[in-house]
Amino acid sequence: MNFDFSDDQKMLRENARAFLSKESPLTLCRQVLESDASYSQSLWQAVAGQGWQGTAIPETYGGAGFGRLDLAVLAEELGRALAPIPFSSTVYLAAEALLVAGTEEQKKRYLPPVARGECIATVAHGEAGADGALRTSFTKGRVRGQKAPVPDGDVADIALVSAKSGREVGLVIVELAVPEVTRQKLQSIDPSRSLASLSFQRAPGEWLGGRPCGWQTIEHIFDRAAVLYAFEQLGGAQRAFEITREYLLHRYAFGRPIGSFQALKHRMADWYVELELARSNCYYGAWALSNEAPELPVAACGARVSAAAAFELASKEMIQMHGGMGFTWEHDAHLFYRRARWLGSVLGSAPLWREKLVARLEAQQA
Amino acid sequence: MDFNDTSEEAAFRAEARAWLEANAERLAPGEQPSGLEGRFDPEMVQKAKEWQRKKADAGWACITWPKEYGGRGASPIQAVIWNQEESRFKTPPNIFAIGQGMLGPTIMVHGTDEQKRRYLRPMLRGEEIWCQLFSEPAAGSDLAGLRTTAVRDGDDWIINGQKIWTTGAQYSKWGMILTRTDPNAEKHRGITYFIVDMESPGIEIRPIKQMNGMSSFNEVFFTDVRVPDKNRVGDVNDGWRCALTTLMNERHAIGAGSGGPDVRDLFFLARSVLWNGKPAIRDSGVRQRLAEFYVRAKGLQYTSYRTQTALSRGQTPGPESSIGKLVGAPLRQEMAAFAIELQGAAGALLDPSAPQEALWQMAYLGSPGLRLAGGTDEILRNIIAERVLGLPPEVRVDKEVPFKDLPTGPRS
Repeated sequence: MNFDFSDDQKMLRENARAFLSKESPLTLCRQVLESDASYSQSLWQAVAGQGWQGTAIPETYGGAGFGRLDLAVLAEELGRALAPIPFSSTVYLAAEALLVAGTEEQKKRYLPPVARGECIATVAHGEAGADGALRTSFTKGRVRGQKAPVPDGDVADIALVSAKSGREVGLVIVELAVPEVTRQKLQSIDPSRSLASLSFQRAPGEWLGGRPCGWQTIEHIFDRAAVLYAFEQLGGAQRAFEITREYLLHRYAFGRPIGSFQALKHRMADWYVELELARSNCYYGAWALSNEAPELPVAACGARVSAAAAFELASKEMIQMHGGMGFTWEHDAHLFYRRARWLGSVLGSAPLWREKLVARLEAQQA
Repeated sequence: MDFNDTSEEAAFRAEARAWLEANAERLAPGEQPSGLEGRFDPEMVQKAKEWQRKKADAGWACITWPKEYGGRGASPIQAVIWNQEESRFKTPPNIFAIGQGMLGPTIMVHGTDEQKRRYLRPMLRGEEIWCQLFSEPAAGSDLAGLRTTAVRDGDDWIINGQKIWTTGAQYSKWGMILTRTDPNAEKHRGITYFIVDMESPGIEIRPIKQMNGMSSFNEVFFTDVRVPDKNRVGDVNDGWRCALTTLMNERHAIGAGSGGPDVRDLFFLARSVLWNGKPAIRDSGVRQRLAEFYVRAKGLQYTSYRTQTALSRGQTPGPESSIGKLVGAPLRQEMAAFAIELQGAAGALLDPSAPQEALWQMAYLGSPGLRLAGGTDEILRNIIAERVLGLPPEVRVDKEVPFKDLPTGPRS
């Protein structure tokens, strides 16, 4: 049994944590949240200096050629730091989509700048009106439609836009700095992570992979991203837990540390248990992702559902156990509370993933 | 990251499997191993003893015990592998676990050389079965509040009192008992640990009928029971320290409880019962709950893989292993409650005509016990909060007070 990260990956984690504690303290997240900026350019560049965007991109395309387990390690650390950068959209979604479904030419064109941190990319899928119907179309090389909310859509250089063409669906690569694309930054529940509305008026593009890739590939791309998002959620949840534990040790009430009251200790124990279960589900997702295992569709759901629940619980308990201070703007707890919701929403919320899980388990039995 | 054995582990697994293939019959797919389930007939005890002797003769009994006591000094991960392999075969229920897993290791640490020589081999070979006499009606979670007394009388001690929740007392030759020997000392400092012959005069064993109708445990009454001083384990009034060794081993021994229905059975039920003419699993509310149960059950399974990985890398399991029961037992109860809801009015049946032969109804009635035995949910939360998370203990009002002066509440 070898169900854990390797010593090299643990070393990577230590280095990443040390790097982020210096480059991405919670004050940086707050700075972005309180400013008009959509992300921290300095952190984005610092992370690029470490080569993180290219972690799982093969060397042929300018990356480091490591695996998804290494990427999962970094995702957890970025989650811990509440790093205010468009890493998840660019790396877990867009770069993975290019690797999974892009043509050789597309990979060569887009992956090297992504790996260097010179290209911010995202996937634009959800549409306002949210009845699940896909209205955006791609005909004669042009995209028409509206996408919102698009994570990091206001700052992305390219977007992979889900669109239909007749009865077929696929992802269209659209370079966003063109007059045919109008973008509007939307207020985000977590202003340290941006959301935008993108409007395509006959915007030029090309199919990812040269032809409509189909729902199955789109789902596969979301499954891969879900595992990596889950590690960010896990990291955020773990950090909120650690901060709260410290507080319970040092805050005194009724003449003793409040961490000595069973009313709080038992909740901390339950919280710890939820974290551990989420961690185990995340590890299983990482195993499936890194091995291209047929278990990925189910494993991704498990990781997503479990980690989203753990981060939600963590961010709520963090505020509650900090008392009134936890509800102030000044305290960091709301950064976690907001990030938990942002991460829990952008890839589809937990009920959707639970439904997918059961549907997939049923399909296995059929 | 993978789920494979190392090459040493694979070799060990192959060796274990080869012996089992040659000496036992494989379970058919889907067949459950025989559990204890409160059926203590002498025939079952005889079969269990025979199987244990066979294992001992071949060197497959108590494999983690040191060689000098008849074990093979196996590592914890080898014990996991052996248990995995043995559980695939038709074997009698393990009625030796309390002795071999908890009491034997206590004797190894705290016993005299004579005790080790006299007791460990027959325990390993299953010739003598052991029970643990710890809990009392007024001392469960607060075990150190025990009141059964032992009073010195020459070379003997005389024991009076009552123990409860004693598994296997009916067929045990020996018991290990905690007694109060100094009521004037602070509660943890007046306890002494003994080995008691369960066939001694003055011992009365009464089975407890549980709320699910089964009898897995006993009450054991002691009236002037004589125990020679040479059966004392550890020093007089130092029994608590020795008992901690036993309890530490108990935590490792008690898992989520195997057997009984699992999440696959729940999916099967949801596909087979009809709601408004359609399988219940078509209902979106049902699907959400099913997903939650699945993710939780899998989270627990993968957590055990992580624990096994730690063992495989030579680490010892710590208090975090409390997670297994703290999650598994309530999960069983919640799944059973949901399964009964899925059955509609038929949920009220405890009848073979109920879906899956009332499997879930039985699980529902049995599951509260899982949340209590071997450390209640609440005690496990304390263990996690204090020993894993390092949170401070509750303020104690029972320290530095003679045991006899502690408030006890109304006594009937």
